[in-house]
Amino acid sequence: MSVRFTLKCLAAAVAIFGFQAGAAMAQQGPLRIEITEGVIEPLPFAVPSFQPESAEAGQMANDLARVVSDDLTGTGLFREIPASAFISTVSDFNAPVQYADWKAINAQALVTGAVNVQGNNLTVKFRLYDVFSGAELGSGLQFSGTTDGWRRMAHKVADAVYSRITGEGGYFDSRVVYVSETGPKDARKKRLAVMDYDGANVQYLTDSGSIVLAPRFSPTGDRVLYTSYETGFPRIYVLDVGSVQRRVLESADGTMSFAPRFSPSGQTVVFSISQGGNTDIYSMDIASGQSVRLTNTPAIETAPSYSPDGGRVVFESDRSGTQQLYIMPATGGEATRISFGEGRYGTPVWSPRGDLIAFTKQNKGRFHIGVMRTDGSEERLLTASFLDEGPTWAPNGRVLMFARETQGASGSSTLYSVDVSGRNLRPVRTPEGGSDPSWSPLQK
Amino acid sequence: MKRITTSTILIATLAVSACTNPGRFGGEDGTYVGSAAPVNTGIVPGSANDPASTAYFQQAIGDRVLFEVDQSNLTATGRTTLDGQATWLLTNSDYQAVIEGHADEQGTREYNLALGERRANAAREYLVSKGVPASRLRVVSYGKERPIEVCSNEACYANNRRAVTVLAGGLTS
Repeated sequence: MSVRFTLKCLAAAVAIFGFQAGAAMAQQGPLRIEITEGVIEPLPFAVPSFQPESAEAGQMANDLARVVSDDLTGTGLFREIPASAFISTVSDFNAPVQYADWKAINAQALVTGAVNVQGNNLTVKFRLYDVFSGAELGSGLQFSGTTDGWRRMAHKVADAVYSRITGEGGYFDSRVVYVSETGPKDARKKRLAVMDYDGANVQYLTDSGSIVLAPRFSPTGDRVLYTSYETGFPRIYVLDVGSVQRRVLESADGTMSFAPRFSPSGQTVVFSISQGGNTDIYSMDIASGQSVRLTNTPAIETAPSYSPDGGRVVFESDRSGTQQLYIMPATGGEATRISFGEGRYGTPVWSPRGDLIAFTKQNKGRFHIGVMRTDGSEERLLTASFLDEGPTWAPNGRVLMFARETQGASGSSTLYSVDVSGRNLRPVRTPEGGSDPSWSPLQK
Repeated sequence: MKRITTSTILIATLAVSACTNPGRFGGEDGTYVGSAAPVNTGIVPGSANDPASTAYFQQAIGDRVLFEVDQSNLTATGRTTLDGQATWLLTNSDYQAVIEGHADEQGTREYNLALGERRANAAREYLVSKGVPASRLRVVSYGKERPIEVCSNEACYANNRRAVTVLAGGLTS
């Protein structure tokens, strides 16, 4: 079964459609959330059920509005006003909005939509209104695709709403590749899975016959690097998400290869090789298999991650005696230590915005997900638990996903997300346990 | 694959010592590839009182060594165990071994993979120093992926921080 969305035509089908007076509303005024500021009170919004424009569109009109609302609510930045409070109904997508009715229930943002289904073809239109300014915010958008990609269209609508109100890029139309886990700690079964960012549309990419670890999306989301024990020894594989075809990367006998990540170009992988009790970092040109050694110390050097410009690599090393974070040029050479707080630091991941490094911190028997600037300043811990590990960035650099393992014999691993502000910690619903998430770029 | 058994006296001695070992890791399925049973010794081939058996290696000698938190140095007890493993491997020269390194769950996944490799390699280097040919010994690390005990305290962690010498089928030459 193909795991590629049948919605590939969606991007081409995105179209801005025209409006009458007032459509060219500037993105300013009261309807604005500054994510960097402490948002205490979520912004109230209303998403009336979308208007079905064909006989077959009824159910999908409801479902689309529900996913849009869930996306926005799930950020913690927005609060949905329930339909039971509505004074107005929206019975015509093109009719003038009764602002007073929405103002009366304190809906600051109003999202309206219309849905047309013809066979397998689905068209979704939406408009966003700034209720208190009494004007539309941005232009209406229309998305076309196939009905089995309906959730993606809802995510695209929500991304546009989020983006217009926050001024940030969206992240709802994205996927996460992760390790799906079942069974007790001493007999855990692991297999690769890919899902929508919200846990929907889970598809399994491997079986659980051998241990698989730490899948990482390519910069375009079409390939995944991961580590598998299928030969009995850890080796790095590259898997095409669409065809589920995979191949092992070259490695020398008697070594272990793990902790791979793509470069921003998608042509190079940076990873670790363990041999003779020593673990160092290498990079490899994927096409030719040519590799370059980037570190050369007796310490454990692993978990490398490229800067978004590809020029530098952040990694962890215990060369000082404990795990700490370092940055070196992507070609190797002198590394600069950036972590100096109490405890141990591992699994650094460079933000897609380039401004922050997320990491796992271990201190006094607790694990944390944290962020710091690339010079190590302004460290902030976002979570704390028995075992939080392995952050990954949302494509807009505003949200992190990670795995939380609970303690004891019945312990299990669950994916969580948290804002870079430390707010809005929430589990991601998956059919089984989950670990090692890797967020895709925003889909085209 | 023909193996000549050692003297009856040695077998008897080892068999007694096997009996005094509680067989903590008993029940694991060995990959016994030994020869026909010697007669009149009371030894059941492949069982823990057959000194040429993998069960004997696991239970009487001990197939694993344990490590302190975040350490890969061998302990005195570990070295004694490995002395026994080296002697056995030199006697039973048609076996190869994979030394599996493990960590407890207190650590990040990648670091624990590297730490487990350090541990397995420490055991391998010790065996090589005692004369076991390096070509017969491979290492692999499972990091924190394969704990044998599942509680989240030191009682379990101590047994999970281990390097296990897993015998693999005899060489054919």
